[in-house]
Amino acid sequence: MFETIKRLYHKFGSPRYFYDLTSKMLPWLVAATVLLLIPGLIYGLGFAPPEKYQGNSYRVIYIHVPAASIAMAGYFAMAVAGVIVLVWRMKMAEMVAKSIAPIGASFAFICLVTGSIWGKPTWGTWWVWDARLTSMLILLFLYIGVIALNAAIENAQSAARATAVLSIVGAVNLPIIKYSVEWWNTLHQPASIKMTSSAIDLEMLYTLLSCIGGFYCLFAVMLILSTRCEILLREQRSSWVKKLVGV
Amino acid sequence: MAFESFADFIAMGKHGPYVWSAYGITLVVVLANIVAPLMRRKGLVDDIKRKARREQAES
Repeated sequence: MFETIKRLYHKFGSPRYFYDLTSKMLPWLVAATVLLLIPGLIYGLGFAPPEKYQGNSYRVIYIHVPAASIAMAGYFAMAVAGVIVLVWRMKMAEMVAKSIAPIGASFAFICLVTGSIWGKPTWGTWWVWDARLTSMLILLFLYIGVIALNAAIENAQSAARATAVLSIVGAVNLPIIKYSVEWWNTLHQPASIKMTSSAIDLEMLYTLLSCIGGFYCLFAVMLILSTRCEILLREQRSSWVKKLVGV
Repeated sequence: MAFESFADFIAMGKHGPYVWSAYGITLVVVLANIVAPLMRRKGLVDDIKRKARREQAES
């Protein structure tokens, strides 16, 4: 058992293995993204019923909720990669952590912007300093901090270790975001989807789940594309990369 | 279909500008995150090839 885990760990820690594996995965992930996201969004925009009180403005939910989920899950993944960087100094984890930051920041940005656009017709304001909104804004700033720190340190390994510390410390913000709607009395509504019960119409629920799945696949595609660039950059002296690009 | 006509669909019952701008901004950010690594990859491959040619010329 332990031997198997160790072997798998070394396999996944190898940039070449990661590159080969993702070459095989990419077409499937792209297909899954297209099959889940495009019908999900079309259905969400044109076919799902309007919401009783909000009318059609609620259709923003089909991007807002997946974006929020990914921004948080992405940060969590970055912090976990950070732990692997600090404890085992795995090069592959350094590259993944570095690649997550701009993508996670993009989704945090999408979440905040779509939320703000949704808030205007629903709450009558673009922004309030509500606990959920503020902690989400802090998440975006944490991502930006990680990107800036990565850019400021020239040596890739030192940059990875410094950003790992920042990511791990910043992870305390994640439970704050998640429970902010329960801990404080806020303008933002509590979660509509739970494992046990959902507060929304089934047609809306399935559409939303399809969009969430599609956006997660899209996130994986973006992350893989970006990490592969990082591999090419850092392994450019190795013979397999030279062979790959045909020199 | 949740709408009577295409014009209805675009209008989204007065919420059109909100819904469409949210989807538009998302589309731009998503595309940027796909195009950027593809362009970066091309630059990296060209760079590796150039370096290899230079090394070959030197030796």
